[in-house]
Amino acid sequence: MSLLELSNVAGGYGPVRVLHDIDLAVDDGHVAVVLGANGAGKTTTLRAISGLISVGGDIVFDGQRITGKGPEAVSRLGIAHVPQGRGTFSDLTVEDNLRIGAINRTGRDVEDDLARWFEIFPRLAERRRQDAGSMSGGEQQMLALARAMMARPRLLLLDEPSLGLAPLVTRELFARLGELNREEGLTILVVEQNANLALDIGHWGYVLETGRIAVQGPAQQLHDDEAVRKAYLGF
Amino acid sequence: MQLFIEQVLNGVGNGVVYGSVALALVLIFRTTGVLNFAQGEMALFSTYISWKLTTTGMPVVGAIAISMAIAFIAGAFIERTLIRPMEGRSALNVVIITLGLFLGLNSLAQLVFGTDPQQMPSPFPEGSVSFIGDATIQKETIGLIVVLLLECLGLWILLNRSRLGLKLRAVASNPDSARLHGIRAGSMLMLGWAMSAALGAVAGSLVASERTGFDSSLMQTILVYALAAAALGGFDSIWGAVICGVVVGVADALTIQYVDALDGIEVVLPLALILVVLVVMPNGLFGKRTVERV
Repeated sequence: MSLLELSNVAGGYGPVRVLHDIDLAVDDGHVAVVLGANGAGKTTTLRAISGLISVGGDIVFDGQRITGKGPEAVSRLGIAHVPQGRGTFSDLTVEDNLRIGAINRTGRDVEDDLARWFEIFPRLAERRRQDAGSMSGGEQQMLALARAMMARPRLLLLDEPSLGLAPLVTRELFARLGELNREEGLTILVVEQNANLALDIGHWGYVLETGRIAVQGPAQQLHDDEAVRKAYLGF
Repeated sequence: MQLFIEQVLNGVGNGVVYGSVALALVLIFRTTGVLNFAQGEMALFSTYISWKLTTTGMPVVGAIAISMAIAFIAGAFIERTLIRPMEGRSALNVVIITLGLFLGLNSLAQLVFGTDPQQMPSPFPEGSVSFIGDATIQKETIGLIVVLLLECLGLWILLNRSRLGLKLRAVASNPDSARLHGIRAGSMLMLGWAMSAALGAVAGSLVASERTGFDSSLMQTILVYALAAAALGGFDSIWGAVICGVVVGVADALTIQYVDALDGIEVVLPLALILVVLVVMPNGLFGKRTVERV
């Protein structure tokens, strides 16, 4: 059953229409991958889901229509969005960044989660009192992931997590995402340019072209399809 | 030596005033990223409200408390109606609005409360205590210092030790990202303006009570000194604003006493301070050095 479902979603920024007709679904416990060239509408799709821009059509999360809700409300429903640029609170400490992730949770398990993420990413623990903006891109991406997870989301939206990262760091990041999905059943919708790595952990893939879904299918099938690779993925 | 000590104490007295206005400036800057040039005039308006309430026979502390509450609501209202519509546009728009507010509030205060000097009664006991040797310090000044320290402590705890403070700082640091974490950015910005206006109400009322008579020009030079204090303190440090307020106050008092060349044009001093700080150390004495990698 679909945790997230978009149907006939269209819209953009003011008079500029970026999304024309998006139909997309993410099954509970799955990783969906959205691929496509620059300007195809990948980021806009995520921004529409989390309510940063308002669009037409239907966005349904867990049986509830969320079209038109603002990001504050969408976040409270259990959708965490790591935006492009990672959404780092640069002049706040690493620990404060993580606490912001859990800002709408109460109870002692927040401390447990904090300890857990410091264990998973020891670099964050070493730098917990340091300004988040002083860390490298890779460390900031780890921080962004941990910060999003501090909210204990049901759906994680990731916008080009590999952007600006060294290949090795990117690989480690996707390995972590795969783990989170397999071991904790976290549902993920990831937008990526790095098709290879993303399709490897994905269940279902979409290729976006000028605001429409051009191709979709099981991730492995997209990965292996010679025609799709040549036409859209460039590898 | 005697004269020197007296001048220093004199400077501390004024410096505490500059510090308390600088504190309100820093609070708005830290929570909303806006430099509010109308801070002084908002405080002036609140001061008139405090004074007006005392003329009805209300106790001074009660009058200031009510004036704070009114300022709190008015600050939120100003954010909502004048600052919010500028969201997403150039920062210059907001600066111009606060400058317009500066002129507008000043004129409005004259229109509503008249141009005659008024006397704001003091909530503190009169008289002075001896300090070092024959030098004395006014009880009012001590009262002001205590109030200022309490304000600082309260703010510091709020910003650094509370969940609400973390929300305020998150919105100031990255509003979009804060909203994605379920923080109502709009409410936080309103709260920043509201609290800052309330602090201004205290500062204005206490400053006016220290002086013999105040009119609509009360906050104008004070704002210049407060800006110098805030810049020297680095604009994002609560304690920096207050300490530098005192530093500016003392420097000013000593300049008046010992530097004859600046006789009558002492306001040059804070302006020179602002200039030097901006050129030599833009982060001020207490500001965070921002190192950012991408």
